[in-house]
Amino acid sequence: MSGTNGHLADHSGHHFTTHFVESGGVDFDGDQTTALTETHLEEMRQIAARYPQPRSALLPMLHLVQSVEGRVSPAGIEACADVLGISAAEVSGVATFYTMYKRKPVGRHHVGVCTTALCAILGGDEVLATLQRHLGVGNDETTEDGAITLEHIECNAACDYAPVMMVNWEFFDQVTPESAVEVVDALREGREVVASRGARISSWREAERVLAGFPDNRADHGPTAGERSLLGLRIAREHGWAAPSPQVAEEVEPEVAGPAASEAEAVGDGQPDSSRRGAAERSTAEADAGTSTDSEHARGTTPGPEAKTSGAQASGEDQETT
Amino acid sequence: MTDTLTPVLSASWGDERAWKLGNYERTGGYTALRSALQMAPEEVVGLVKDSGLRGRGGAGFPTGMKWSFVPKDNPNPTYLVVNADESEPGTCKDMPLMMATPHTLVEGVIISAYAIKASYAFIYVRGEVLHVVRRLQQAVREAYSAGYIGSNVLGSGYDLEVVVHAGAGAYICGEETALLDSLEGRRGQPRLRPPFPAVAGLYASPTVINNVESIASVPSIVANGADWFASMGTERSKGMTLYSLSGHVANPGQLEAPLGITLRQLLDLTGGMRAGHQLKFWTPGGSSTPILTPEHIDLPLDYEGMAAAGSMLGTKALQCFDETTSVVRSTLRWVEFYKHESCGKCTPCREGSWWLVQILMRLEAGQGVEGDIEKILDLCDNIGGRSFCALADGAVACVTSAIKHFREEFEAGMHTPAWELLPYERSTVFIRSEQPAGGVR
Repeated sequence: MSGTNGHLADHSGHHFTTHFVESGGVDFDGDQTTALTETHLEEMRQIAARYPQPRSALLPMLHLVQSVEGRVSPAGIEACADVLGISAAEVSGVATFYTMYKRKPVGRHHVGVCTTALCAILGGDEVLATLQRHLGVGNDETTEDGAITLEHIECNAACDYAPVMMVNWEFFDQVTPESAVEVVDALREGREVVASRGARISSWREAERVLAGFPDNRADHGPTAGERSLLGLRIAREHGWAAPSPQVAEEVEPEVAGPAASEAEAVGDGQPDSSRRGAAERSTAEADAGTSTDSEHARGTTPGPEAKTSGAQASGEDQETT
Repeated sequence: MTDTLTPVLSASWGDERAWKLGNYERTGGYTALRSALQMAPEEVVGLVKDSGLRGRGGAGFPTGMKWSFVPKDNPNPTYLVVNADESEPGTCKDMPLMMATPHTLVEGVIISAYAIKASYAFIYVRGEVLHVVRRLQQAVREAYSAGYIGSNVLGSGYDLEVVVHAGAGAYICGEETALLDSLEGRRGQPRLRPPFPAVAGLYASPTVINNVESIASVPSIVANGADWFASMGTERSKGMTLYSLSGHVANPGQLEAPLGITLRQLLDLTGGMRAGHQLKFWTPGGSSTPILTPEHIDLPLDYEGMAAAGSMLGTKALQCFDETTSVVRSTLRWVEFYKHESCGKCTPCREGSWWLVQILMRLEAGQGVEGDIEKILDLCDNIGGRSFCALADGAVACVTSAIKHFREEFEAGMHTPAWELLPYERSTVFIRSEQPAGGVR
């Protein structure tokens, strides 16, 4: 595409620079070979069957194409068009709109460094510059060994863990230039790398397959949450703070809460349940919980299961009596 | 008087394997669904209306009212779409929620879909969050196996299909009509409204689109009652919500509190700004909400409080920057974001954001020319409010508010590079001793 612009510039006498230097179409002039097989076409039809209207499947189908081809290939475009009964131009139009779809081959791993304002300022710029020097690549380029494609990315919704780096769209939190280099070196050497909040790193292609809706059985890897996600929860526990109990909110008499409470105990596993009690009684609950483990204590002071169960009952009662 | 922090959505984030169905059920999960199925759909809508729940994705529109706009006589099927495309710079609340307790969202989806009588629901999650996608996919599979989704949900006669749909990298798809185009397999570009999605949304059928946190709040409202929810928060901003603290603070993270808490309270609780530094400016709800200064930290962080300050509550993404930060640099980076993410449909946004970047780049380099600030403001005047969607408004909000509060820094851009005025390395937060989990083994 930039060739076309250059051509125009020669004749107009004006220097013209496209606003969209990183843009361009699907590479119909390059490698036309394909790894797509009938199995993949069948998977595309499976994706299409998930939706009331098949065209909704186009985004996941393009993820599938990338998982097989390592990019959105001309053959992949044609395959999507055939399966959905739309034109290749329509598929190309979609493929060139979204940042995650790559028209050049991506390396074994995709490394993204967030350089939107907050991450950039907290150190993302330095992380990116260090990786570019270390790997000898510019933006959106792949190392000679084909191991790493490096890209600066926009905000990835993990700002409390800034600066953030993504490897195959897995979170690497609070990176430093040094830790980022360590990660990419390990990836190049094929050593095991684990995300901060996520799974053991596989490959960019395998990640793309998951995004197409085909699980890789790694959902149970990693923690429930990162430490920073628990900031408020920790402070609430320290202070014995919790959401109000439904009874207090509705100013319901204690008798009304009775049956709900007994059911809650049947459901629960014996932990102290201060969420049923009023705020004024909470200090007593705290004392009750004194001997329990930390996690039991936590459940006792937060509106967990019992609050839900008893709340549903209480509001039902309330509607009947008022 | 409610407690200062009120974890509800985040209550079990600290639990071992909280994302598994069995663990969610053990802590009372899916009891709200059973209750909801005993009610008429209209009653569930009424309950959510009465609770005062307002959209947690930024706009703050009353959720129950949005549901009630679905026409009763439309022959087309009704759809529920969850906007899990969390991409607004600074916003990082929905991702931890879906990673830790995806079933809270799934239960909310089922109850909400039942309330609006939808038999198809979609969770449109951005593609760049692989592990969140995995946990969501697994949660939906588990819910199918347990009979919470599928035909005849829990023997109620209600049928529901739920699809987890991964996006492919486009901030604009967080805009609800662009999201719908994207979900239809097209380029994500916003639609002209009216018709609103409630009347003609996905496949031109009645569609309700809600943010993750809004939908995830529904089970707690059904379980505990509208009055319980409304007992938290302020007069017109009800309930608990997730505040995301980030930037140069001593302790970044998520805090769940009643609406109306102040930034000062949150900073006091968490240890304030990083040691030896002071707050310079902050966003109340992502980069699209006009920046505020230390003089605003005692204002209630609710819909009204932030509007009164000339900003917006947005997504409650509290990005705090200290005195080392160049406002010119942060503004440029945000505008570069909007330039990159402009879908290109509307000329003022597509071209205007490009020109803003050009001028801000020379100001950052200390090579601004006389009249640049006026030119920027003039451009902003011709971008904001002149495009289909709010992306353009967000793009100029961070610029005009920055010039309003820190005009002298932009003026310095006529002669001094921003990195000389405020050396960038002083803004980094590399703490080598604090290593997060994971990494190389």
